[in-house]
Amino acid sequence: MIAWYLRRAGRMLTAHIDGALLAAVLLLMATGLTVLYSASNAGWPRVTGQMTNMLVALAVLWVFANIPPHVLMRLALPVFIVGLLLLLGVAWKGDVINGARRWLHVGVTRIQPSEIMKIAAPLMLAWYFHRYEGTLRLRNYVLAALLLLIPVGLIARQPDLGTAILILASGGFVLFLAGLSWKVIAALGVTALASAPVAWSMMHDYQRQRILMLIDPSEDPLGKGYHTIQSTIAVGSGGITGKGWMSGTQTHLDFIPERTTDFIFAVYSEEFGFVGNLVLLILFLLLISRGFVIAAQASTLFTRLLAGAITLTFFTYAFVNMGMVSGILPVVGVPLPMISYGGTSLVTLCLGFGILMSIHTHRHLVRT
Amino acid sequence: MLSNPGIEFRDAQRETHQFGIRLAIMSGFVVVMFLLLLARFAWLQIIQHSHYHTLAEANRISVVPVTPGRGVIFDRNGVQLAYNYTAHTLEITPGKAGDVSATIDQLAEIVEITPRDRRRFKQLQEESKSFESLPLRSRLADEEIARFAANRYRFPGVEIKARLFRQYPQGELFSHVIGYIGRINQKELDKLDTDGELANYRGTDHIGKTGLELSYESALHGTTGVEQVEIDSAGRAVRVLSRTPPASGANLALKLDAGLQALVDKAFGDRRGALVALDPQTGGVLAFVSKPGFDPNLFVDGIDPQSWGELRNSPDRPMLNRALTGTYPPGSTFKPFMALAALTTGKRTPQQAISDPGYFQFGNHRFRDDAEFGHGAVDMYKSIVVSCDTYYYVLANEMGIDAIAKFMTRLGFGSRTGIDLTGEAAGILPSQEWKMQRFKQKWFAGETVSIGIGQGYNSYTPLQLASAIAAIANDGTMLRPHVVDYMEDVRTKARTPVAPRPLALGLNPEHIDVIKKALVGVNKEGTSASVFVGTEYVSAGKTGTSQVVAIKQGEKYIESRVQERHRDHALFVAYAPADKPTIALAVIVENAGFGAKAAAPIARQVFDYYLLGKTPPGDKKEAGK
Repeated sequence: MIAWYLRRAGRMLTAHIDGALLAAVLLLMATGLTVLYSASNAGWPRVTGQMTNMLVALAVLWVFANIPPHVLMRLALPVFIVGLLLLLGVAWKGDVINGARRWLHVGVTRIQPSEIMKIAAPLMLAWYFHRYEGTLRLRNYVLAALLLLIPVGLIARQPDLGTAILILASGGFVLFLAGLSWKVIAALGVTALASAPVAWSMMHDYQRQRILMLIDPSEDPLGKGYHTIQSTIAVGSGGITGKGWMSGTQTHLDFIPERTTDFIFAVYSEEFGFVGNLVLLILFLLLISRGFVIAAQASTLFTRLLAGAITLTFFTYAFVNMGMVSGILPVVGVPLPMISYGGTSLVTLCLGFGILMSIHTHRHLVRT
Repeated sequence: MLSNPGIEFRDAQRETHQFGIRLAIMSGFVVVMFLLLLARFAWLQIIQHSHYHTLAEANRISVVPVTPGRGVIFDRNGVQLAYNYTAHTLEITPGKAGDVSATIDQLAEIVEITPRDRRRFKQLQEESKSFESLPLRSRLADEEIARFAANRYRFPGVEIKARLFRQYPQGELFSHVIGYIGRINQKELDKLDTDGELANYRGTDHIGKTGLELSYESALHGTTGVEQVEIDSAGRAVRVLSRTPPASGANLALKLDAGLQALVDKAFGDRRGALVALDPQTGGVLAFVSKPGFDPNLFVDGIDPQSWGELRNSPDRPMLNRALTGTYPPGSTFKPFMALAALTTGKRTPQQAISDPGYFQFGNHRFRDDAEFGHGAVDMYKSIVVSCDTYYYVLANEMGIDAIAKFMTRLGFGSRTGIDLTGEAAGILPSQEWKMQRFKQKWFAGETVSIGIGQGYNSYTPLQLASAIAAIANDGTMLRPHVVDYMEDVRTKARTPVAPRPLALGLNPEHIDVIKKALVGVNKEGTSASVFVGTEYVSAGKTGTSQVVAIKQGEKYIESRVQERHRDHALFVAYAPADKPTIALAVIVENAGFGAKAAAPIARQVFDYYLLGKTPPGDKKEAGK
């Protein structure tokens, strides 16, 4: 009897879990903990803290894996609206930390509404395109783009360029996957190039500096360029096989700033070298391909778009972070997904993976 | 739409197909981007690896100079005259500290900072670059260190450092021999650079400025070692990777006797003057005193402007090294050398006598003798013992200035002795040529007359006088004076002696004997006989009085009527024991009048101490022993 209940409970627990995706997630988490242990100089508090974050994230993953897509669809617009209101709240009376207004006091705790938008924006867009499925005209795309630009603009103003770019990208992926015509894409590309000077004039000083630093980090080696120079040295000095776990000199002598968070990839790269980087890229690629498979097999436009957007957002995280640490992208505050220390991004990412699993495991069950 | 479900179905199928294409495109995009990253990694980690490896090594490895310990200086009995001690200093790097005076105000709440510290620091700051770490306070107490450590975060650019300091335990006593070290200035840096010594001084911030500290700088300094240290991004040393140890500077053992030096210093009291005592057989300097002195410890970490002003503006001129650079007319102490000149050049025999009427008439000018009615018949012995001026007026007039100059050059007058101290003065040995160069004037024969009794243009350092009398004492062989006996390697204890450098003056021993007998006579029955009553040894000496202000024709010098600073200087040259001299000296007491009264008693005390170990009555056991 007991065995039967246990089996049943087990089946309930695992019913909506995608094994392959979970395996990739767990492998990345294990890698993350390993690197974090070294990056924090064998600092157990950081490591156990991150383990707690992971447990919470996995719980969130399980919960969302069990929420059927049609429920999510119903939530799409309200969540987006709430998110927007919170962003307005931040702009109106948010807390300023490190020169940026990103946090909002809600009762006893503080939240970062831009995090909500990372899921809410693609969710809303997927819902929007699903709703007008079959009758999509150019004006639908224009309206969707406008809806996307509101939160992106608000977040960029905080200023939080990294998150704004990620959200813009995730929304853009939805638009692209929803079939935005090539002509428009080409036109947008030309416009983007043409408007670069305008964008430049609207940027904050520190944002401009980051871009300038990318072009020539040595111009200010101890100031703004320091991050990039030191992380590039860390990556380069890692060589083919790396300096070995716990043996990175750049890491352990404190030359890498923010080495447990945004620059953790420099630590990984220094200690595990080119081979390690290749392995990590393959792990990321496995997770992404599983996401694409789920998107391709999804049963509705909403789930297809959502799955594709979540997967591509994950890719964007990884690419932007690794590009920034290795010195080919400007320094924007984007963590390395699943590896960097920090609960917020971990929970958001796992929430996304939960949705992916839900999409996959509910594909034959529901037909709205 | 409901009327034609087939179209909708086709549409849905078309859409699915289109989505598939788009997804495939994105997959391609992802792969391309990852390949781009991979290419970047390959570039950094494979192709450019050695470049970045070098950069990472340069980041973590710092080459730190390891400063050698400066050599310690001892007297002949092992008494320390200069040594090092480690002390904690509170240092500020002005470039990192922001508002320096506000920082000092805040620091003053935690550790004691005197107005003198502030003045000294201000002075240092003006002389240094803003990135140099400059000491504000030294010798912090443990308690002060603890208090600062607790408040450290408030003070960027302020650090506590352990540094080696130089201490001169004898203070003023050896200020003019040992000298002092001080912070390296730009001029010295430039010199180190041209000497190719700059690398060896990486990490050293003090250098010898005067005295032995200057003349033996390279020996005392040693060789700087190197340490490869792993540092973190804040520049803190994490561990030592490799180390080439420094070679400590050599210790200096001197010929000087601290007890003797202290005795002389005491004998001078508040009077100004100088004494140089030499070992005639080796040239070793036994005592080297210039009064007044100064506290060399004031200079080690930068003297404050107020103390410096006091030293510089004092009418006693304590910074003047009278023994080495002060020049004085030798007065009657010149007579024995004149007598030797007369014998050597054949102008006089010992027995040849003159009749002294109490003056020498030269044209319209009457050169007076001390004894108003003269000394009667005076031969060479008597001329020295009673210090007869007339004898030497006549002699000098007969010899002529150039013959005098030519002979005196042999005894070292008018040229540096070559002592191992920097900045020695050469003095003035007048001659026709000298006057032409100096004043563009002809020499007047009348000027030669007073040269005979050591007045006029001639002017010598106490060191030259001591060296000359030592040469007589040593039977005509002159030894180059040297303060340092030997240098000692700190590690191996191997000694490098400063070898005596004898120079035979080519004098006839019989002539020297005549002079020596007369010098013994001076202390036995002559001008200084009363000072040397009852000695257990036989000594030889010659008194002298050197005019500070010329006395007008027909006027008599009456000491009490002359302003203190215009009074004559008292001089005395001497050696003992007379038969085999082990000590020779020259002493000058400024503005003290007659040599026998002021200068000779100091010589007596020196001999009593050096030869018999006796100290003046009522004195405690001598310093330093």
